[in-house]
Amino acid sequence: MKVAIIDYGSGNLHSAAKAFERAARDNAISATIAVSADPDVVRKADRIVLPGVGAFADCRRGLDAVPGLVDVLNETVMAGGRPFLGICVGMQLMATRGLEHVTTPGLGWIDGDVVVITPDDPRLKIPHMGWNTLNARPHKLLDGITTGPAGLHAYFVHSYQLAARHGQDVIATTDYGSALTAMVARDNIAGTQFHPEKSQKLGLGLIANFLRWSP
Amino acid sequence: MLKSRVIPCLDVKDGRVVKGVNFVDLVDAGDPVESALAYDAAGADELCFLDITASHERRGTMLDVVRRTAAACFMPLTVGGGVRSLDDILALLLAGADKTSIMTAAVHDRDLVRRAAEKFGSQCIVVAIDAKKVGDGRWEIFTHGGRRPTGLDAVAYAREVTSLGAGEILLTSMDRDGTKSGFDLELTRAIADAVTIPVVASGGVGTLQHMVEGIRDGHASAVLAASIFHFGTFSIHQAKQAMQNAGLAVRMDGDAA
Repeated sequence: MKVAIIDYGSGNLHSAAKAFERAARDNAISATIAVSADPDVVRKADRIVLPGVGAFADCRRGLDAVPGLVDVLNETVMAGGRPFLGICVGMQLMATRGLEHVTTPGLGWIDGDVVVITPDDPRLKIPHMGWNTLNARPHKLLDGITTGPAGLHAYFVHSYQLAARHGQDVIATTDYGSALTAMVARDNIAGTQFHPEKSQKLGLGLIANFLRWSP
Repeated sequence: MLKSRVIPCLDVKDGRVVKGVNFVDLVDAGDPVESALAYDAAGADELCFLDITASHERRGTMLDVVRRTAAACFMPLTVGGGVRSLDDILALLLAGADKTSIMTAAVHDRDLVRRAAEKFGSQCIVVAIDAKKVGDGRWEIFTHGGRRPTGLDAVAYAREVTSLGAGEILLTSMDRDGTKSGFDLELTRAIADAVTIPVVASGGVGTLQHMVEGIRDGHASAVLAASIFHFGTFSIHQAKQAMQNAGLAVRMDGDAA
């Protein structure tokens, strides 16, 4: 299996690649992990991963700066049904629009806007930074992962969240004053607001599930 | 709910851990990567490397340490010490650091915080503050290991770097650092209550109760400690157990005891 982690200048992808290699190795899944911005590599991959850190608009600019990349994503993921995982801002980019500082169009795959987190409790710090549990609906990507208040933890660091228009697109939330979107999924596309590559047990389990996923 | 974090900090000089970690049987206690792996397995919530390499020329060794750590450890890593420019930050992030902490350079050039946050995102820009008490309810920022006063009020400075885009503050009490007498709780609370971003309390941890106090009374989001973990006085698990017993929410994902 070929996995493409898209490198469009949004931070270091070293640990993401290593986490995918480790999850594959631990689960005896034969996978080659390519960190690449080459649309051709993305087109030929069996699994596509879109990471992202920093500001929404910067990440969008980075995607657009690679000629043909957005077209290839739309073609292989949305038309072609290839399994896709967005991570952090990579997940936020799946939304209709990002409202961080300026309004920026997303990929438009998940109906909704990326909005600033506004906790009711003023003592809650922004960014939402650290380890939190998930409240989740059953989903193949969470198979074997204990969720709920006594479940495993995921590592978050974000000040904005994807407010999805349709509740069925949200498969996991995390509690921070209110329920923040932690995971979205529909058909062959999924995204995590948290960083699976930094989330130890939960993260490696989710990555292994993604490698096995046949949506 | 979001958990309070426990963060061990390793001083690294010329690519080697300065105070060896001896809480587990390490083949090479001076190897930062091996120490990092041990803390990863022990349930540390994040890891912090402080580069105390004196010469700028040898800083490349730190990048190699970060690279090797990021390849083996799937936990968040903050790297600080001698971070002076956007290029320094970029090099550390590309090597695999999740956050970089800026101290002296931010004191001299406040705008560096803004430029860094704009370029790389607030989530990876930590501003480290070394503060000393200079009067009743007043703390001043010091640099050079607490030797050089800056005339800057710590609380006002914390507010300023927050508004410039810092994503977190790493606060060290220079009065308490190395004393094992507990955090300066008044300082920690003054800063934590003054800013909207998370504050990591550092400097002075000698007992498990001190860590509880840093969160409960200092209002910190995380506690950082070095020697009590390295010398095996307490394990990460014991720290979290004590915090949990005190009613604080901590992450216990089947940590090694």
